[in-house]
Parts: sequence; structure tokens; C-alpha cells
Amino acid sequence: MNLVLEAIPYARFLGVEVEQRGERWLCVLPFRQEIIGNPRLPAIHGGVLGAFLELTAFLRLYAEAIDRPPKPINFTADYLRSAGPQTTYAEANIFKLGRRIATVHVVAWQDDPTKPVASGNAKFRL
Amino acid sequence: MSDEPKLALEPVFGPGYEAMTHHTPHAVYLGLKVVETGPLFAVMMLPYRPEIVGDPVRKVVFGGAITTLLDHASGLCVACSLQVLEAIATIDLRVDYLRAAEPGRDLYARTECFRLTRTAAFVRGLAWDKDPSDPFATSIGAFMIGANPGGSPFNRFTA
Repeated sequence: MNLVLEAIPYARFLGVEVEQRGERWLCVLPFRQEIIGNPRLPAIHGGVLGAFLELTAFLRLYAEAIDRPPKPINFTADYLRSAGPQTTYAEANIFKLGRRIATVHVVAWQDDPTKPVASGNAKFRL
Repeated sequence: MSDEPKLALEPVFGPGYEAMTHHTPHAVYLGLKVVETGPLFAVMMLPYRPEIVGDPVRKVVFGGAITTLLDHASGLCVACSLQVLEAIATIDLRVDYLRAAEPGRDLYARTECFRLTRTAAFVRGLAWDKDPSDPFATSIGAFMIGANPGGSPFNRFTA
């Protein structure tokens, strides 16, 4: 999964890393000034959180289920809480792997996994 | 004579300028530019650069960068719809990828606030590379008005 991540320039641009916890793969978005959307709170840019969710869904599908890059059809993000200046984690779950379409659910949190900051639903063409 | 109430950002409507993204660190990092603003709409541009590519073989910009372009342009068009500036936060955003964006091209987005209530704004967006009539992505989103007591960063446009 790290090899796939390193091949994606945009993943390096955001500074996304992959972390293995037992059987689980998490994507990690370390906090830095460059990802701030609202400096007054401060809060991470909604677009960055959306992109982080999309990247996590893409990586999960590409690394585990298919042998060529899936093409995005659409992506929906729900913003649940303001994401503060700390590390953000995301985990994706392949909800349905069809012959032509895959549906991936993804959730992001910061210090408490029971308090997600954002969730997403991504569809890909295989 | 129009009885329409004045919009807060009316004094800056017209062509965008560099300082309109300076208050958002990520917009600066990504290189987002404001092309134009007006009543209920905004046009923004994401300059092409190799760092934001998702597929190194096809050189196509990663979908997430397009999400950021549409999200930011959507928030800006909500600010362009308010009579009193308030903090704006994304409730949800859906992006449909109609086709791959053409490699090497700057990407544009036009967003429009088609319904505004006291607490929420509803926005649609269109993203294109060459021709606005041939978009590569569309978006629809809901935004919260008065999301936090911090006020609007767009106040700086009019200060």
C-alpha cells in the first residue's frame, strides 16, 4: 500500500502516510499549516478532508481488490465536525465489490474514533 | 431603482485578484485563484502542476484536488450571496466525475448558490478544462451559515 501511495504525487503533496495496525490499514494525514482552511479556528480545509477520504478509498480498493487503478465515478462527503490542528486518520471499507462498479465507505477521525470528523461514499469504475 | 438589499461583497464583485485567497493557507498552497465573483456566483481556477497528479501514467489531476477546487469555490459563492458576512462551513458535498480532466490544463470551476435560507445555502458547481459547455465534473453541496462565532474570513475583502 505504501508503494502505491508513493506513486501518487498528490498523496505526497498532502503528506498522507499509511499505517498498519494489526489487520487494519489506516491512512494518516499529519497536521501542517499548508492544509488549513480557516486560520481563525484553526480548522483543516474541507477540500483537504474530502481529498483525504477519496485517497483513502482509492488506495484501499486499488491495493486490495483490483490490479489497475480504479476510475472515480462520484464521491460524497459528509462533514460532521470541525477538524482541528491535529493528526487525522481515515479507514476505508469496501462495501460492495461488483464486476464493474465498487462502492467504498470511508470515515475520518482525529483523537477519538467514536467522534468522526467526516465520512464519505465513493463509487469507482473497475 | 432596485429595492434589492445590498450583498456584503458587492464592492469587490468583478474580476478576482490575488489577495482573495491569501487568508486560506491551503488555497495558497494549492495555488487556487479567484477568476471572478458576482451576485450568487464565483469562478475559480486551479493551475495545473505535476504535484497534484493522481495517476502518474495518464498525468490526470487527482479527484481530491478537484473536490477542493469545487468546495472552495462553493464556499466563496455562498459568501457572495450573503447580506451580512458570517462563517460558512461545508455540510456535505457530492462531486460527479463526468470524464477525466485533460492533463496539463488549468482547471476552472463556476459555482452558483441557487437557494439561501437563514441557516443553509445550496450550491451547484461545474468544472471544465477547455470549454465550460463540456464540463468534466459537477458538484452539489449544502453549506451551513453562521457555522461558528469566528466570523467570516471574507471580511478582509471589504476591509
